[in-house]
Amino acid sequence: MTTTGTGPSVPSGRGSRALGNRAVLVSSASTVLFFAVIAVIVVLAPGSEVVAERFFSPPHLWQSLVGSESEPSVLGAFLLNVKIFTVSEVFILILALVIAVVRGIPGPVFFPFRLLAVAYTDLFRGVPLILVLYMIGFGVPGLGLGFVSYLPDVTYGIIALVLVYSAYVAEVYRAGIESVHESQNAAARSLGLTRWQSLRFVVLPQAIRRVIPPLLNDFIGLQKDTALVSVLGSIEAARAAQIYSASEFNYASYVVAAFLFVLITIPLARFTDRLIARDKRRREAGGLA
Amino acid sequence: MNEFAALVLEDVHKSFGENEVLKGIDLTVAPHEVVCLIGASGSGKSTLLRCVNLVEPIDSGRVVVEREEITAEGVDANRIRRRIGIVYQSFNLFPHMTVLRNITLAPREALKMDRGEAERQARALLTRFGLLDKQDEYPDRLSGGQQQRVAIVRALAMRPHIMLLDEVTSALDPELVAEVLAVIRELAREGMTMLIATHEMGFARDIADRVCFLDAGRILEQGPPERIFTAPQNPRTRQFLGRIIEAGRL
Repeated sequence: MTTTGTGPSVPSGRGSRALGNRAVLVSSASTVLFFAVIAVIVVLAPGSEVVAERFFSPPHLWQSLVGSESEPSVLGAFLLNVKIFTVSEVFILILALVIAVVRGIPGPVFFPFRLLAVAYTDLFRGVPLILVLYMIGFGVPGLGLGFVSYLPDVTYGIIALVLVYSAYVAEVYRAGIESVHESQNAAARSLGLTRWQSLRFVVLPQAIRRVIPPLLNDFIGLQKDTALVSVLGSIEAARAAQIYSASEFNYASYVVAAFLFVLITIPLARFTDRLIARDKRRREAGGLA
Repeated sequence: MNEFAALVLEDVHKSFGENEVLKGIDLTVAPHEVVCLIGASGSGKSTLLRCVNLVEPIDSGRVVVEREEITAEGVDANRIRRRIGIVYQSFNLFPHMTVLRNITLAPREALKMDRGEAERQARALLTRFGLLDKQDEYPDRLSGGQQQRVAIVRALAMRPHIMLLDEVTSALDPELVAEVLAVIRELAREGMTMLIATHEMGFARDIADRVCFLDAGRILEQGPPERIFTAPQNPRTRQFLGRIIEAGRL
């Protein structure tokens, strides 16, 4: 065994086991102290009782979570968020891949398509999501295009999310495609595979594997941005929380909504971390071979 | 002329920008002939092979493979490449596929061979080169020598008529070179037509029917290996071989 496994992260040999114990002790102490100070400040603040009542009152937390006859349930409304981002993710993955691939097709014949792909990403990465929501959500119904103009609000919301996020995700895919060394494509082509076969079997599988962590990161952003669909009138979690707070004069509903968003994001975040760690291990193993 | 040649190059020129890498190459390879290209790095050996495989388009001249001019207008490069196997210095196996899948991919997709037949053929080739136990491994689990042997098998699975080998042992640790050279010897014994760019002079001397010395984009001298290695005519060849001998590589 060599020292490569543990070497770089530990600065210099100084009885690492003992150092480890001491580090745990110091970090625990500093954590306790840190949160104690925060707690004291919050509790001693002049308005602390009011805040506790307005934001963390258990009856309000519960009532906004499950809803009542006059107020929508934040949890129920949150299911709409889940539906929005699940459907959006599927379309984003497909549309973004098409854009990224089109952008990489060589040859003068395909110039207009490449131009279109570039223009698309430039446009939709540049315009704020909320403006795209307004334009799609209020513009398309205004066009009077038969059934296209009479879709549910949520559908326009999903279309806007797909348009905007596909522009970001297409760039993520493109970075992945460009990270696959040209020699892989050369090897595939010299075996007699066509450009398309090379892309499909050799380049894309490697590219997509490499970009899964940044893709998941974009999806965490997407999960939160589903709240913006409420500007078109859909009652999703954030809007449900707003309705509750407006009628009860209590903000516990916002805390509940925030908690639900965090709850659903954490598993994806940890999963992303695990993938990154696995990739790192694999790269290091590859480097030693 | 040369109606029965496996490969003919006529006055092939190739430049990268200002830099003319091939300055008029004429070369004929007969069926079953093994031709080794020797010469310093940058003399144009690799570029020559890449031009034969149409990886690099040539600027002028002709390349004829089995009586078909592959540099003509409107020739389907993919069809030609299926008849010409190429193996690179850096293996270039597909890291996300098992050894078996690496070998069966092109026969299945480019030749539309069915899966069972492609796998049977792949296993037969792996068995012949002592790699059958590696069929389910991923490339990063193999040694460099094993990877290069798999790369050769992968090229052979397309049943090529000609094999181009580009410095296939240059990226290997010295103790792994022999196993790869043994595979190439085996191919030569079976009568595979091969064009081999190499720095392994001992190997070239041993295996080649003919050795071509490239210098600055031209073939300066060619002939049977014993003549080239023992009685080179051209002063540049003599100088090059002198350096090789000095370095203890011959």
